[in-house]
Amino acid sequence: MANNKSYESMNRGVIHVDESPIPLERWRQYLPNWLKRFLPVRGGRAEDHHGKAIFGFTVFLLSESIVFLSFIFTYVGLRLTHSKNWLPPGISGPELSIFVIINTVILLSSSFVIQPAENALKHHQLNKFRWLWLITICMGTYFLISQGIEWKNLDFGLSTGLVGSTFYVLTGFHGLHVLTGVILQITMLVRSFRQGNYEKGHFGVSATTLFWHFVDIIWVFLFSLLYLW
Amino acid sequence: MTTHDSIDTTPQNDPENNWRHYFSFSTDHKVIGVQYMVMTFIFFLIGGLLAMLIRAELITPASNVVDRPLYNGLFTLHGTIMIFLWIIPFNAGISNYLVPLMIGARDMAFPLLNAISFWILPPSGLLLISSFLLPNGTAQSGWWSYPPISLQIPPGQPINGEFIWIVSIVLIGISSIMGAVNFVTTIFWMRAPGMTFFRMPVFVWSVLSAQLLQLVNLPSLTGALILLLFDLNFGTQFFKPLENGDPIIYQHLFWFYSHPAVYIMALPAFGIFAEVLPAFSRNPLFGYRSLAVASLGIAVVSIFVWVHHMFTSATPGWMRMLFMVTSMLVAVPTGVKAFGWTATIWKSKLHLETPMLFAMGGAAMFLLGGVTGVMLAAVPFDIHVHNTYFIVGHFHYIVFNTITMAIFAAIYFWFPKITGRMYAEGWGKVHFWLTFIGANLTFFPMLPLGLQGMVRRISSYDPRYQGWNILASLGGFLLGVSVLPFIANIVGSLLYGQRASNNPWLATGLEWTTTSPPPRDNFEEIPVVKRPPYDYGDPKYSVIEPHDYHQQEN
Ligand code: HEM
Ligand SMILES: [Cu+2]
Repeated sequence: MANNKSYESMNRGVIHVDESPIPLERWRQYLPNWLKRFLPVRGGRAEDHHGKAIFGFTVFLLSESIVFLSFIFTYVGLRLTHSKNWLPPGISGPELSIFVIINTVILLSSSFVIQPAENALKHHQLNKFRWLWLITICMGTYFLISQGIEWKNLDFGLSTGLVGSTFYVLTGFHGLHVLTGVILQITMLVRSFRQGNYEKGHFGVSATTLFWHFVDIIWVFLFSLLYLW
Repeated sequence: MTTHDSIDTTPQNDPENNWRHYFSFSTDHKVIGVQYMVMTFIFFLIGGLLAMLIRAELITPASNVVDRPLYNGLFTLHGTIMIFLWIIPFNAGISNYLVPLMIGARDMAFPLLNAISFWILPPSGLLLISSFLLPNGTAQSGWWSYPPISLQIPPGQPINGEFIWIVSIVLIGISSIMGAVNFVTTIFWMRAPGMTFFRMPVFVWSVLSAQLLQLVNLPSLTGALILLLFDLNFGTQFFKPLENGDPIIYQHLFWFYSHPAVYIMALPAFGIFAEVLPAFSRNPLFGYRSLAVASLGIAVVSIFVWVHHMFTSATPGWMRMLFMVTSMLVAVPTGVKAFGWTATIWKSKLHLETPMLFAMGGAAMFLLGGVTGVMLAAVPFDIHVHNTYFIVGHFHYIVFNTITMAIFAAIYFWFPKITGRMYAEGWGKVHFWLTFIGANLTFFPMLPLGLQGMVRRISSYDPRYQGWNILASLGGFLLGVSVLPFIANIVGSLLYGQRASNNPWLATGLEWTTTSPPPRDNFEEIPVVKRPPYDYGDPKYSVIEPHDYHQQEN
C-alpha cells in the first residue's frame, strides 16, 4: 500500500528529471525570428495575450479565405464549362470601366495607409494614428458607395443567368467584408477617444489592420476574375 | 484493507455543490466540455430514436409505418443529427475538457469565445428539429443535400425544411470554426513549460489534426451551403442544371469538407484508443512518435481524396484513377495507427475494465470499417455498390462501431476525473456487451444486403431482402435498449458512486496529476514537464495495477 502512496507523490506535478534534449530544438534554430515568436514550439507563452490573439485571428482569416476560395472555385468551374451560355442574349457582363479601376486603386492603396496607422499607434503617436485611420475609413466608404452605384447601373440582376448569380454573390460577399472592416475601423476610432493611452484597443487595431489587408488581397483575385477574364 | 487512508478521497470542489454551473454561461473549459457532452448525448438519443423508426419501417418490405416524405425526413435528420450534433460536437466537448488539462494550461486560449461556440449549438439543434413541425416537413434530401433534389421544394414557401436545414448547418459550422480557432491557438500557445510537441499525448495530436481539418475544409461546406441557399430562395442558378448551373460543383465543395469530416470524427477516437490501451495494458504506447505524426499524415492525405465519393458522378477516368490512388494512400498512416495499438497490447496482461473493453471493441471493429473502406476506394467495386446498403454498413462500422464505441470508452475512462466518482463496473460491462452485440447485429447485415443490391434511402424493398433486414432491425432495437444501463450507471454513479482518487487508473497523463474533479484553474501550480508521455513500461509506474486498485476499493 505504501507503493500506492509513493506513486501518487511521484506523479503529482511530474517533476521527474529527465533532461533528454528537446527534439524540436534542432530545426527550430533555422526559423526566422518572427516565426519563432508566432509559433511557440516549446510551450509556456500563455502570458503573451496579444501574440496569442493575433495568432488566433490569423488562423480565422485562413479559414475565411477558404469560403472565398469555394466561391472562386464555383465561378471558375461554371465559367469553364458554361462559357457559351455565360451571358444571356442582349446582356453584357461587368465592364472594366475607369470607374471600377479608380475604385480598385483606392481600395488597394488604403492598405498602405492603414499600415502606417497601426505603426503610429505602436509608437504611441495617437494623433497620427487617428488621422491615418480616418483616411482609411473614407477610402473604404468610398469603395462601398461606388460599388453600390455600379450595382445600380448594371443591366443584369442577381437572377440573370450565371453572370448575375456569380457577380453579385462574389462582389456582395466581398462587400460585406469591406463593410465589416469599415465598422471595425469606426469602432476602433471611437474607442481611441475613450481611453487615455488606448492600450486596450491595440489588439483590435492590429486585427482590423490584418483584416483589411485580407480584404484587399481577396479583391485582387476577384477583380482579376470578374473584370479581366 | 486500509487503503483508504493512503488515497486522496477529498476532491477539492465537490460537483454536488456546483451543479448549477453546468446550466450557466460559464467560461470554464471543464464546464463547457461537460455541457457539450451532455447536450450532444441528448441529440444522440434523438437521432437514435429516428434510427429506430427507420428500422421499424424496414422490418417489412412494404412501406407501412411512415409515409415516404416522413421516411425521407427521418433518414435526413438522423444522419444530420448524428454527424453534426452528436459525434463532431461531442469530440469538441471532450477535447475541451481534456486538452487544457493534458497540456498543462489553466483554460482554453479564448474562454469567452469558447462559451459562445457552445451556446450557438442548442438553438441550432432545436431549430433543426423544429422543422418536423413545418407543414411540408423537414429537409428530405439526405444529409448530403445534393441539388437539384434539395432545390425541389413546393413553390411559394420561403421557409421550408431545406431552408431550416441550411441555416442550422451553417450556424453549427460557425460554432465549429470558432472552436477550431480556439483549439489550435490553445495547443500552440498554452502548453506548460517543457511541454514540447513531442511530449504531447497522442490525443492532443489527434485533436490538433482534426481541428486543422475543420479550419481548412469546413469553410468549403459553408460556402456551398450559402450558394445553395441563394439558389433555393433568391433565384440564382449556381447548381440548377436546367438553368445552366452545375450540381457537380456542389458535390465537389460538399465532399471537400465531408470526406475530411470523417477524420474530424475519427481522429479524436484514435486519440482515445492511444490513451486507453496503454493504461490498461500497462505498456508504453508503441511507436509514440509515429502515431503522433500519423495523425497529421491522415489529416493531410484526407484532404486530397474527396472525389472517391463521386466516382459515379460523370467523373472522368483520369480523375477516378488519381483519387483511387490517393484514397488508398490513407491506408498507410491508418495502418501505422492500427499497428501501434496492436503492438501496445501485444503480450501484455490486459485489464478488461469497461473503458478497455470499449476501446478494444472499437479498435477491432475499425478493422472491418477500414477494410470495407479500402474496398470502396477501388473504382470498379464502388461503381457496383454505389448507393447501396454496403455503403451504409461501411460507414456505420466507422461512425458507430468505432467512433461511438471510442466515445463510450472515453466517458468511462475519464468519468472519475470529471465527476470525482467511480462508475459501476458491472453495469459498464452489461452496457458494453449489449452495444457490441447490437452494433454488429445491426450493421453487419447491411454489407451483404448492399452486395445483393439493396439500395439505400428507400422505405420499401424487394421481399428477398427481408431476412437480413429483420436481423438489422432487431440489432437496432437492441442498441436502443443498450443505452439504458449506460444512463442508469451514469446517473446512479453521479449520485451514489464511490469517491474516485485523483488517478484511479494510475495513468500517466498530466490530467491525472490534479484533483478529481480538477479545481477551477486546473492545477495548483502549472507543472513543468520534463519527460515524454506514456511511461507505463517504467517499473515505478507498474507497481500497482489498476485491477488491484479496483479490488481494494470494492
Ligand atoms: C443506433 C444506431 C444506429 C442505427 C440503427 C442507424 C441506422 C441507420 C439507417 C437504417 C440509415 C438509413 C440508411 C439509408 O436509408 O440510406 C442510417 C443512415 C445514416 N446514419 Fe445511422 N444509425 C445509427 C447510428 C448512427 C450514428 C452514431 C451515426 C453517426 C455519425 C449515423 C450516421 C448516419 C448517416 C450519416 C446516415 C446517412 C443518412 C443519409 O442517407 O442521408 N448513424 N442509419
Ligand atoms: Cu470519403
